[in-house]
Amino acid sequence: MSTETQTIEALATQEYSAGFVTDIESETLPRGLSEEIVRTISAKKDEPQWLLEWRLKAYRHWLTMEEPHWLNAHYPHLNYQDIIYYSAPKPKEKLASLDEVDPKLLETYNKLGISIDEQKILANVAVDLVFDSVSVTTTFKAKLNEMGIIFCSFSEAVREHGDLVKQYLGSVVPYSDNYFATLNSAVFSDGSFVYIPKGVRCPMELSTYFRINTQDSGQFERTLIIADDDAYVSYLEGCTAPKFDTNQLHAAVVELVALERAQIKYSTVQNWYPGDKEGVGGIYNFVTKRGAARGESSKISWTQVETGSAITWKYPSVLMIGDNSIGEFYSVAVTNNAQKADTGTKMIHLGKNTRSTIVSKGISAGQGHNSYRGLVKVMKGAENARNFSQCDSLLIGNRCGAHTFPYIEVRNPSAKVEHEASTSKVGEDQIFYCNARGIGTEDAVSMIVNGFCKEVFRELPMEFAVEAQKLLGISLEGSVG
Amino acid sequence: MLLEIKDLHANIEGKEILRGINLTVNPGEIHAIMGPNGSGKSTLAAILAGRKEYEITQGEILFEGKDLLDLEPEERAGEGLFLAFQYPIEIPGVNTQIFLRAAVNAVRKYRGQEDLDAMQFLKLVKEKTKIVELSDQLLKRSVNEGFSGGEKKRAEIFQMAMLDPKLSILDETDSGLDIDALKIVANGVNALKSPEKSTVVITHYQRLLDYIVPDFVHVLYQGRIIQSGGKELALELERAGYDPIKAQFAEAV
Ligand SMILES: Nc1ncnc2c1ncn2[C@@H]1O[C@H](COP(=O)(O)OP(=O)(O)OP(=O)(O)O)[C@@H](O)[C@H]1O
Ligand SMILES: [Mg+2]
Repeated sequence: MSTETQTIEALATQEYSAGFVTDIESETLPRGLSEEIVRTISAKKDEPQWLLEWRLKAYRHWLTMEEPHWLNAHYPHLNYQDIIYYSAPKPKEKLASLDEVDPKLLETYNKLGISIDEQKILANVAVDLVFDSVSVTTTFKAKLNEMGIIFCSFSEAVREHGDLVKQYLGSVVPYSDNYFATLNSAVFSDGSFVYIPKGVRCPMELSTYFRINTQDSGQFERTLIIADDDAYVSYLEGCTAPKFDTNQLHAAVVELVALERAQIKYSTVQNWYPGDKEGVGGIYNFVTKRGAARGESSKISWTQVETGSAITWKYPSVLMIGDNSIGEFYSVAVTNNAQKADTGTKMIHLGKNTRSTIVSKGISAGQGHNSYRGLVKVMKGAENARNFSQCDSLLIGNRCGAHTFPYIEVRNPSAKVEHEASTSKVGEDQIFYCNARGIGTEDAVSMIVNGFCKEVFRELPMEFAVEAQKLLGISLEGSVG
Repeated sequence: MLLEIKDLHANIEGKEILRGINLTVNPGEIHAIMGPNGSGKSTLAAILAGRKEYEITQGEILFEGKDLLDLEPEERAGEGLFLAFQYPIEIPGVNTQIFLRAAVNAVRKYRGQEDLDAMQFLKLVKEKTKIVELSDQLLKRSVNEGFSGGEKKRAEIFQMAMLDPKLSILDETDSGLDIDALKIVANGVNALKSPEKSTVVITHYQRLLDYIVPDFVHVLYQGRIIQSGGKELALELERAGYDPIKAQFAEAV
């Protein structure tokens, strides 16, 4: 190994910079899962009977299921009796402005570089901060209200807009869908709810910052976004977590519903604690994300930048039900050190003339392993369905790996499905060439990686793209060989 | 003195490639280094630019009196050393302009100058593309990706013009160029010539030296400079080949 490789690998092992714990008293349930716990969560949140019953159905179904292990990575069997299923910052009066928010909380966000004030002014972003499991503050609400847009915590939606929640909850990801989604359905604590009424174009990016804080508290967020006929919304999800020793399960569910000609753009920048160099203490990010493009000419677009977690396991998917509907998936997944990612998408073509695009960029450094798993399924009735998939892998160093598993199922002969794949390596000669032109190694890596990802970054809202580039730089600092 | 190489010995994978190189380059001078294939010319150039694979076992290199071997490759670029690669590297996905702007600003930063903003940068690009008659289209593409052999070489000279080095080392920049391109590259080098700036041209052919007229010609053979002379030495080599010098050298050793 050359000296260059050595320094580069040394740099690659840099520590996670967002690892600190905020000391806020949490109201926490005892560890473990039982019907009683499910009932307690529901009671604590003052939920209607129908929701309790839904949770219980899910819980009972979950008991009959087995923890899945088919991903291209290993994780130990989890002890579900050792997880805290509910924790909330001590209940407080409803807050009208940021001044009333716990200063420690704000400090946490500031440490993470998430200045709310700055965002309000610069980014025109309504920020719904989810701290642990309960939404603490929601801004810009008034303005959205005027347009009939609902953007609130999931609990509030259950209280104030119960009919909408009842109509759509589980309509895309049923409670029986898969092990982790079923668990989530039983115990979800909170999350976000968005409803855009007919014909309304949401004038700002809606954004939620998630942050896992209480040690050992599994996170079971639930997000439901509905765009009614001719509506448009762009939703941003970003997160980062403090450093812990025990693995934390994150099993969120996100459901998107796009009605006639509606469009939903869902962007994620995920930076959860990946664990130490051996992967100890990192987050398990096992998330179910699915969108139903139900309406004619509706469109659902997932963009994700995944740099964190010990294991990322998720497949944001689109069911193209309406004729002429569109599904898109743009993804950058980075694995460094011992991180593993098994991610991709499912594009299910049901309606006529449905079109889907998949652009996946996997970056592996250190001993990271990145798997792309994608399913393109064209059903019988989907005349003239089109899919284009492009899966590129970039390797940094000699000990990492990239794997591609494309699955294609076509049941209609008029379908056109195209798949392109490539694997490339950041070479020492490329880095040296940059060095010889005055560009330092870290900047060189960052430039090469950003170049590799630009088709995906282009899909992100501007301010998010900048953040994503920074994140990528941090998570790969100097990791070339 | 701009560059001073003293008794430089270097190994790669235990094999000695350079065996005692001595070379002094003063400001304003043009030196040509010639020599048979595999004699160590590119190795010398790569070591000057800071490639780390080589083990320096003996000797030193001073650049404006500073110990060059102490500096990282990017610092050497900042100090004003430029290597036009014999085989320029392709960097897919990285736009040439973005790459160049990063390079120019990195070097400017090292030199204590302000960053160029987008406008100033474009102005500089316009000015310098003229020198090597480089098409704008190439700048829109990824660094060297899919460039023809000649385009790559021209792009190297363009980068050189952008980075404004004190010492340029051109490693076989003439190979693969057609006659017109050769003239353009040579004109580019000559246009950038000044009393402070020096050039080391590594070449196999007298042809280039008709356009870039060297003050000194050196013959590198088996890791040593075995003969130095004026520009007439190149003509001599063109006529007689390396055999007479090799024979002379064999006797002397
Ligand atoms: N990485 C390496 N590993 C092993 N040997 C090497 C390596 N790099 C260079 N060499 C050897 O060092 C010697 C000098 O190579 P170098 O490229 O410097 O020659 P050159 O004079 O530039 O030749 P040419 O005129 O063909 O460009 C050659 O024998 C070459 O095989
Ligand atoms: Mg050579």
